[in-house]
Amino acid sequence: MRYLLMISAEETETGAGAVDLNDPDSADDLAVFRAWFADLQQRGVLQAHEGLHPSRTATTVRVRGHEVLLTDGPFAETKDQIGGFALIDCADLDEAIDIAAGHPAARYGQVEVRPVLEP
Amino acid sequence: MSPPGEDDRAVERAVEAAFRQEWAQVVATLIGATGDWDLAEECTQEAFALALRTWRRDGVPQRPGAWLTTTARNRAVDRLRRTAVGEAKLREVAAERARTEEPGDAVGMPELGDDGVGTAEVGDDRLRLIFTCCHPALGIEAQVALALRTLTGLTVPEIARAFLVPEATMAKRLVRARQKIRIAGIPYRVPPAHLLPERTTAVLGVIYLLFNEGYAATSAPTLTRRGLCEEAVRLAEMVADLMADDPEAHGLHALLRLHHARIDSRTDASGALVPLEEQDRSAWDRGEIAAGVAALERALRHGRVGPYQLQAAIAACHATAPAPADTDWAQIVDLYDQLVALVPSPVVRLNRAVAVAMADGPAAGLQLVDEIAEAGELADHHLLTATRADLLRRLGRTVEAAAAYRRARDGTANEGERRYLARRLAECEPS
Repeated sequence: MRYLLMISAEETETGAGAVDLNDPDSADDLAVFRAWFADLQQRGVLQAHEGLHPSRTATTVRVRGHEVLLTDGPFAETKDQIGGFALIDCADLDEAIDIAAGHPAARYGQVEVRPVLEP
Repeated sequence: MSPPGEDDRAVERAVEAAFRQEWAQVVATLIGATGDWDLAEECTQEAFALALRTWRRDGVPQRPGAWLTTTARNRAVDRLRRTAVGEAKLREVAAERARTEEPGDAVGMPELGDDGVGTAEVGDDRLRLIFTCCHPALGIEAQVALALRTLTGLTVPEIARAFLVPEATMAKRLVRARQKIRIAGIPYRVPPAHLLPERTTAVLGVIYLLFNEGYAATSAPTLTRRGLCEEAVRLAEMVADLMADDPEAHGLHALLRLHHARIDSRTDASGALVPLEEQDRSAWDRGEIAAGVAALERALRHGRVGPYQLQAAIAACHATAPAPADTDWAQIVDLYDQLVALVPSPVVRLNRAVAVAMADGPAAGLQLVDEIAEAGELADHHLLTATRADLLRRLGRTVEAAAAYRRARDGTANEGERRYLARRLAECEPS
C-alpha cells in the first residue's frame, strides 16, 4: 500500500518539519533523519521524499467563476505547517506508522499518514 | 415426544446459546476468509437466521459452530463469486493468507468440509479480530462500537441505545470505522512481538471502558446499559482464554467478574447508589465471585503484577469479606500502595485515601484527601468532594459535611450518585 506522509511542525526560519541545517541544536535530528532516510532507501519503500520552503513562500490558488484568485501564503493559516512529505510503499498501516514515528519531526511536530487513492 | 412448541423453544435456546458462543468466531473466520467486514457480518447474521429454520426441521447439529461457519462462509463465497471483483478478492485473500501464515494453520479457502475449521485457527481469528477492532489508529468510540458489533454481535440499534446516540449516528460510526480499516490498510492480525504489549494494553482498555460505560449508568435506560457490563465480562473472558499467558488479561477478567457479581446490590429500588458497607451481601453472586477469584489466582501465578490484577485483588478483598467489619483494610491499603506506584493518578490516590481512612481512621484519610485537593488535579471534582464529605461526616463535622455533600451533589451528572449524595445531605442537615 502507498501512503503519503505529510510532515509538519511549528515553522522556523527554514521551514516546518524540515531539519534545520543551521541550527546547532538540530545536529541530533540531522543524524536521526539521515539514518531514517538511508534505512527507507535501503528497504526500497521510499518512492519520493522532499523538504519544502517555508509557508510564507507559498501561493494559494483558487478559481471562482472564471477568475483565478491568488492568496499569498498557505491554504490554512495554522501555527504548524507542512515542511516536507514522503511517499512510501509498504505492507500496511502498522509499517507506515512505524516509518512516520521514525522521522525526527514526529517528536516536536507531527506526521499525518494518508493512504493514497489507487486506481 | 414433547409437543412441537416445546421443540421450537429448545431450538431457539440452542440458537441463542450458539449466538453467544459462536458469533465472534464465525465473523472472525469470515473476515479472515473474505477480507470484507460488511459481508462477513451480513452472512453471519444470515447463517443464524437460517439456523433457526433449518435446525427446527433437521435438529440441532452436533457442532453448531462448525455448521454456522460453513453456512456463513458458503453464502459469502457465493456472493463474492457473482462478481469479477469478488472473485479477485477471494484469490487475493487466499494468496495473502498463504503468504502470512505458518504452514499447518492454512485455511484451505474457500473449499471447506462440514467439519468446519480447526480450533487453533479459530482462536487465532478471534484474536486477530479483537486486535483489529482495538487498533489505536481508530478513535476510541469507533473501537468500542466495532468491538460490540463484530465481537459480541449486538445490533446497531442496541449499541446506539446503549451509548445514547441516534441509530443513524452509530451506523455511520461503524461504516466509517470499517472503511478506515479497509482504506488505510489496518492489518487483520495479532500484532508482532514488538507491538504486542502496548496493543494488548489497548485491547484491555477498550473492554474496561465498555464495562465502566455500563457500570456508571444508573439512570433511565438501565437495562441496555447493564447489558454492556455483561458483554464486557464475556469479552474479558474471551481475551483471557485466548491470551492465557498474559496475567493482566486474567486480571481484567477477574476484576470485571468481581464487580459484576455485586451489580444488583449497587443501587436500591429508587436507583440511588448504595455504598459498599450498606450493600446486601446475600445478594452478591457467590458463583461469579468464585470465578473472579479463580481468574485472579490464574493471573497472580505468573508473578508479574499489574494494575488490573491489583484492582482485582482489592475487589476480591471486598467481595470475600462476609461482613463490612471483616474487610482487611490493611491489606487493601497495601494493594493501593502498589497500585499508586504503577498508576500515580489522583483518582487512585483518592481511593487509597478512602482505604487509609478505614484502616487508620477518618482523620488520616481526610489529611490525604486534602493533600490531593491541594495538588489541584482533582480540586473541584465531585468524587473528591463526595469523599471529603463522607470523611467529615464520620468525624462528626456535620456542618462542613453538609456543605461538601451539597457541592458534590450539584457537581455530578450521574443520577444514582446524585440520589445517594442527596440522602447523605439530608442526614447531615438539622431537621
